Amino acid sequence: MAISHDDIFQKVKEVLVDALGVDDDEVRPNARLMADLGAESIDFLDIVFRLEKTFTIKISREELFPADGLLNSGEMVANGKLTDKGLELLKKQLPHVDMTEFQKNPTVARLADLFTVEAIVKFLEHRLNANG
Amino acid sequence: MRWIWIDKFIDFQSGRSATAVKNVTLAEEHLHDHFPGFPVMPECLMIEGMAQTAGILVGEARAFKEKVILAKIQKAVFFDFVRPGDSIQLEAAIESISPEAAATRGRITRQESLIAEIDLMFSHIDQNLTGIPFPKENFVFENSTFQSLLREYTSRGHDGGPQARVVHG
Repeated sequence: MAISHDDIFQKVKEVLVDALGVDDDEVRPNARLMADLGAESIDFLDIVFRLEKTFTIKISREELFPADGLLNSGEMVANGKLTDKGLELLKKQLPHVDMTEFQKNPTVARLADLFTVEAIVKFLEHRLNANG
Repeated sequence: MRWIWIDKFIDFQSGRSATAVKNVTLAEEHLHDHFPGFPVMPECLMIEGMAQTAGILVGEARAFKEKVILAKIQKAVFFDFVRPGDSIQLEAAIESISPEAAATRGRITRQESLIAEIDLMFSHIDQNLTGIPFPKENFVFENSTFQSLLREYTSRGHDGGPQARVVHG
């Protein structure tokens, strides 16, 4: 049976409250994991582990939070911005992320802002309901 | 030199769980100041003991190839004091392990009574997200006294009796 967007959001909220020590009401769909919820790199792995347990699925960190491979390539990044090729690859890697705002000014510095609560929910919605 | 804060392993299930023992003695100098007239084991040192127990468990799971570094304390809750003369057991279990990291769940007990619950995360730092390079040699485990604890466990057995084995599988 398909699991609803709302149910996924509630479970993701619990995961983030536990992993990041934030309050319930801070976990809004548009909250950014790093800038708004204070996540650091190890927290991304913590979140992946907790999501795997909560939803009994296997997630590779690359799948949910890619970007490091991308950033280390000259072809993908130039002058602190993603090239067209880089942007294309990112879109392919992150089909669950809304890029409309980001692609107007795709600087590397703004990359972290793509990882929002809603991005996680959409990723899971796609994964869970595609297999289910 | 690295310091060891656990005395011996009494159980070691490769990739799954490990139990270590730490005997607390008034000969530990910090107990004289923590606190004068009321010596109790500092809670941060209970976390250290768990980090060593769980860290060796995580390291052994990847044949000591990874540099295993304590990266996050997910949870540390304490229910009772530990006093000189106490023998505490530190039980750690691997919750999740991936190429980049591991999460462990742990409890500390004295006889059957619960002293603490400590959940940790370890990073395999060569796989760090930012791609920062670290020295080639494994400064966590190479030439380290940590592995001698395991050798001791396998050669002597936990009760001084027949050989104990690190159980695989």
